[in-house]
Amino acid sequence: MTATSTTNATTPPGGGAPPEPGGVVPRRSPIRLLPPGFLPPGLLFALPFLLLFAAFLVWPLVQGLWMSFTDIALTGRGGDFVGTANYAEALADAEMWRTVGHTLLFTLISTVPLVVVALVMALLVYTGLPGQWVWRLAFFAPYLLPVGVVALLWLWLYQPDLGLWNQLLTALGLDRVDWLSDQSVALWSIALTTLWWTVGFNFLLFLAALQAVPDHLYEAAAIDGAGAWRRLWSVTLPQLRRITGVVTVLQVLASLKVFDQVYLLTKGGPNGATRPVLEYMYDVGFTGYRLGYASAISYVFFAIVIAVSVAQLAFVPRKES
Amino acid sequence: MAVQTGFPAPAGARSAAPGRRRAEAGRGGGRLIIGESRLARRLALGALAVMSLAWLLPLLWAVVTSFKTDADASSADHWVLPPEGWTATSYRTVLEQGDVLLWMFNSLVIAAAVTVITLVVSAMAGYAFSRTVFKGRKQLFAVTVASILVPGQLLIVPWFQQMLTLGLVDTYAAVILPQVVAPIMVYILKKFFDGIPRELEEAARIDGAGHWRVFRSIVLPLSRPMLAAVGIFVFIGAWNNFLWPFIVTSDPSLMTLPVGLTSVKNAYGVQYAQTMASAVLGALPLLVVFMLFQRHIVKSVATTGLGGQ
Repeated sequence: MTATSTTNATTPPGGGAPPEPGGVVPRRSPIRLLPPGFLPPGLLFALPFLLLFAAFLVWPLVQGLWMSFTDIALTGRGGDFVGTANYAEALADAEMWRTVGHTLLFTLISTVPLVVVALVMALLVYTGLPGQWVWRLAFFAPYLLPVGVVALLWLWLYQPDLGLWNQLLTALGLDRVDWLSDQSVALWSIALTTLWWTVGFNFLLFLAALQAVPDHLYEAAAIDGAGAWRRLWSVTLPQLRRITGVVTVLQVLASLKVFDQVYLLTKGGPNGATRPVLEYMYDVGFTGYRLGYASAISYVFFAIVIAVSVAQLAFVPRKES
Repeated sequence: MAVQTGFPAPAGARSAAPGRRRAEAGRGGGRLIIGESRLARRLALGALAVMSLAWLLPLLWAVVTSFKTDADASSADHWVLPPEGWTATSYRTVLEQGDVLLWMFNSLVIAAAVTVITLVVSAMAGYAFSRTVFKGRKQLFAVTVASILVPGQLLIVPWFQQMLTLGLVDTYAAVILPQVVAPIMVYILKKFFDGIPRELEEAARIDGAGHWRVFRSIVLPLSRPMLAAVGIFVFIGAWNNFLWPFIVTSDPSLMTLPVGLTSVKNAYGVQYAQTMASAVLGALPLLVVFMLFQRHIVKSVATTGLGGQ
């Protein structure tokens, strides 16, 4: 009854099921040449996805693995099987390990503030203080900017003489900072930009989780005489343990993949001090033309991602029930 | 109106009404966190004000710079108030060159195509995994879920090889195709379809409706909020995607917004006002959309970001 009315209401004019491939009815299959059940309707539904999945995920994954065992060049030359030579070279490549180090350091110094600041923002906004619309716009808006915009803005903010940050520091009587040209500072500057750019995403995840905390927990705690701080520490934060684990895992995976903002802010410089492993892969493959070796590096990177993910699973509290 | 609701509807709320009700409850919880102390409320308000100002400052500064003359923008002595006054010349110059509008057009075409194809293909696959029976279904779904871990960057090199072989380098298709494979979206939609009660479609089945009919007329209409959430998320991702379009296109007329903007810096040299005008124009489309549909976007990110929980 309900179903029928829904059907009538939503079938577009011209009605009826269109003769798309998925529309094949299981029993009376028009594809009579094929044995019954050869292409079950379920498979037909999954087929468009499976074809694209095979063509643009599985096949490239296999092809990339194969390429990592060859000396193929961007020009198409080469392609001879070289065994594990690329991997041997990668594992002995000091520059690769240096860039892996940058990636791991960036992951550490970006993940901690990206989780903590997002949590603080969400707690503050969740208090229901007036101005909700403004707070959420301010914290989340940067996440919607294309990385090209982010890079232009922050190159200008970090500009040594005219940039806003150094102007403010000078106005306060402090020393200027070489944000992007000082080797010991540049990676931190990139982490700061990343914090500004993407914290809004984590903020929204925390905010959604806070709204799911049942009010009666607070009420019970209040009746028991728990003060505001007490309620924060013994009701709110324990309830957020699982979401904090999830956000941290997602953030670590995202930070490990850092490339865009580094490439656009410093090109990996100064003196390669900020070059992440993905940029090294890009440089080797698309600037140095060594696609085979670049593939090997990307599989080493993949192995690191998997290792970190597996290690993290041990720390994420399981979902109750 | 929807925009001014205090809170995003919690994940899973199907319609505005329960969402709003729960949000009110949430506000109560929020008060309980902070307590009734006036001092605590003032401190929290102060912290919020300072943090949002800090977060808005880069954008505001870009806007301020973009309305200066290039000479004023490059003057260290008058960094707040420009002696030559405010002007929109930079915007005129940037728009007359037409590049930014072209990049927006390219981004729109590509992001729209990616979103539509991803939604259609993933919803059909989600339905297949949730509602139909065929040999190998469980194994295929397991492979799909496992592949969520594969970072797209890993595939950049083989994708490029593939596009060279197919002769698709420097085409829209090359930018679009690899982006429409979204195992995470298949997983999210499958889980959502699992939650739709089967009684609804059983009636239709008795009336002789096939899978396609059930999918189109029952499952899809009931999944509209989730489809919207997934669609918004995919669109934002495709609109802002940088690395792949950057690698697979070199023709300036195919540049997307994120790629095109990176060429601005080199083209204008030290003309900061024009550079900032381009950045502001590049930021506008999604920001405007966000202000119009804040509630939906907030909900989409919260739901999809957590894998549909």
